[in-house]
Amino acid sequence: MTFENAETLSQNKEALSACKALLYQLADDDFLLAYRGSEWLGLAPHIEEDVAFSSISQDTMGHAVMFYQLLEELGEGEADRISHLRTPAEFRNAILLEMKNGEGSYVEKPDYDWAFAVVRNLFYDYAKMIRLQSLKSSSYEPLAHMARRIISEEYYHLMHWEMWFRQLMTSTPEARERMEQAIRRVWSDFGGVLTTGPEGKQIAAAGLMESEEVLTERWIQKVSAILNETGFQPEGEPGMKSGNGRTGEHTEDLTEALAILSEVYRKDPAAQW
Amino acid sequence: MVLELTRDLSYEEKYERFMERIEAGERIEADDWMPDDYREALIRLISMHAVSEIMGALPEKEWTPKAPTLHRKLAIMAKVQDEMGHGQLLLRVAEDLMKPLGKNREDIMQDLFSGRLKFHNVFHMKAPTWGDAGIIAWLVDGAAIITQSMSLNSSYGPYARALQRICAEEVFHAQHGESIILALAEGTEEQRSMLQKSLTEWWPALLMFFGPKSKENVGKSHVNKNIKYKIRTKTNEDLRQEFFNKYIPRIKSIGLEIPDKTIHFDEEKGEWVYEQPDWNEFKKIVTGHGPMSEQRLSLRRDSYQNTRWVRDALASRGKEA
Repeated sequence: MTFENAETLSQNKEALSACKALLYQLADDDFLLAYRGSEWLGLAPHIEEDVAFSSISQDTMGHAVMFYQLLEELGEGEADRISHLRTPAEFRNAILLEMKNGEGSYVEKPDYDWAFAVVRNLFYDYAKMIRLQSLKSSSYEPLAHMARRIISEEYYHLMHWEMWFRQLMTSTPEARERMEQAIRRVWSDFGGVLTTGPEGKQIAAAGLMESEEVLTERWIQKVSAILNETGFQPEGEPGMKSGNGRTGEHTEDLTEALAILSEVYRKDPAAQW
Repeated sequence: MVLELTRDLSYEEKYERFMERIEAGERIEADDWMPDDYREALIRLISMHAVSEIMGALPEKEWTPKAPTLHRKLAIMAKVQDEMGHGQLLLRVAEDLMKPLGKNREDIMQDLFSGRLKFHNVFHMKAPTWGDAGIIAWLVDGAAIITQSMSLNSSYGPYARALQRICAEEVFHAQHGESIILALAEGTEEQRSMLQKSLTEWWPALLMFFGPKSKENVGKSHVNKNIKYKIRTKTNEDLRQEFFNKYIPRIKSIGLEIPDKTIHFDEEKGEWVYEQPDWNEFKKIVTGHGPMSEQRLSLRRDSYQNTRWVRDALASRGKEA
């Protein structure tokens, strides 16, 4: 079963609805994490990292845009409207990715947590890479094509965060302590990234992406490798402590983020900006 | 070869040779002999340029997530990344110059935090609306291109080469700014009035950007020395006039009003006559008493403090290796 384009996909109602569900997850995950990344600008540990991290956030925002455009092609409305006008409850990103970088705001008294940034980005990028590898053989060809394009950039993001992870896990006791805390925190909510939501079964059945179980297993292997290498293992399974964003459950952090992201656009969505 | 020869020369002879090279339009490189005041002038200029790029990313960062559409979000993200990259490139040039003095990047950052090292007046200003984001990208970057182009042939090779890359990217930024401006200028009544308000508020800061006409306005100035050493080739006023030549017609053509009723081109003098901005205000701003000076500096200072543990961690690995 393959769907060459939006038109052929639209003839299969179940596959179409599963594909939309999947695209909202992919797009919203990248949109929110790119936003959190852009808040770090000017605040990273050194200027070289400011340059590298802002490049990564820009790539990630670019990926979100590509997924929103696929949604536009499937009749969900203009990409700008989809990304700026939905209510928080309509977002399908994992809660972990909407969480603030730390105390304070991005323009006033930010007390951001670099260990949390490193762990959240690395663990997310592992999951994203695993999804993209699976999407390369997606039944929806435009999505498969896009996945191949994104993978080439994603490779460098992973290298970047792996380097940070190894360095900070094997340096000072303070860095180690902060990293372990960040790992525990990310772990307790990473189940929310791994789940493919209520439509997961239909997504796999339509051949759009492999099942949640298969992808989670791959992610555990990948993460265990770097955790073993650096000598740390969080307890239990990755959890969903703050709730399931794939069902529209979200926190105040998302409401605030969306208010900022759409502040100007909402002034006049009909205007040309 | 030149290095070998100059070793046994007296200071005066070395200086004479150095000035001959400057006069002949030769490029001075990082390891070449140079008089102390040339080195000092370069360090002052380049480190100020570097921190201005870095501090300049902060007002725009305020607008990065708020950019109204996905396309604008991507464009502004690309732009602030470029600005940080310019800061990095220039910091490296300044670091090489500071090495013989036993100083490094930490000194630059501490000088910035203490207020000893100044950054451009425009980055002390508030940028409360999306119109400001457009004005910054169009006119502040436009002004920067004019200033920086003058030093593309700077006598100091590493600075000239850094500027070549920077100017090439700044051209894209100014285009990005122009595109924001055009959308607003051709937009709704509300969009147009937002834009006009931004221009009105930014106008004095734009004039100040080039610095005072002569040192009577603010006291000490390094312009003459920098011209003697061919670090720069034009005066502040030359640059401001270039800015007027280029942008006044464009500003008028999109229907905006310049908030200076007296401004006009004097055919006889061959230059623009305009109302002077308040140079006392300028002095206040660049010495760290502008509307946003303290807030932006403390943003940078606090975050530098918050991530100290990361730099310590990296340094500890450096020692082991």
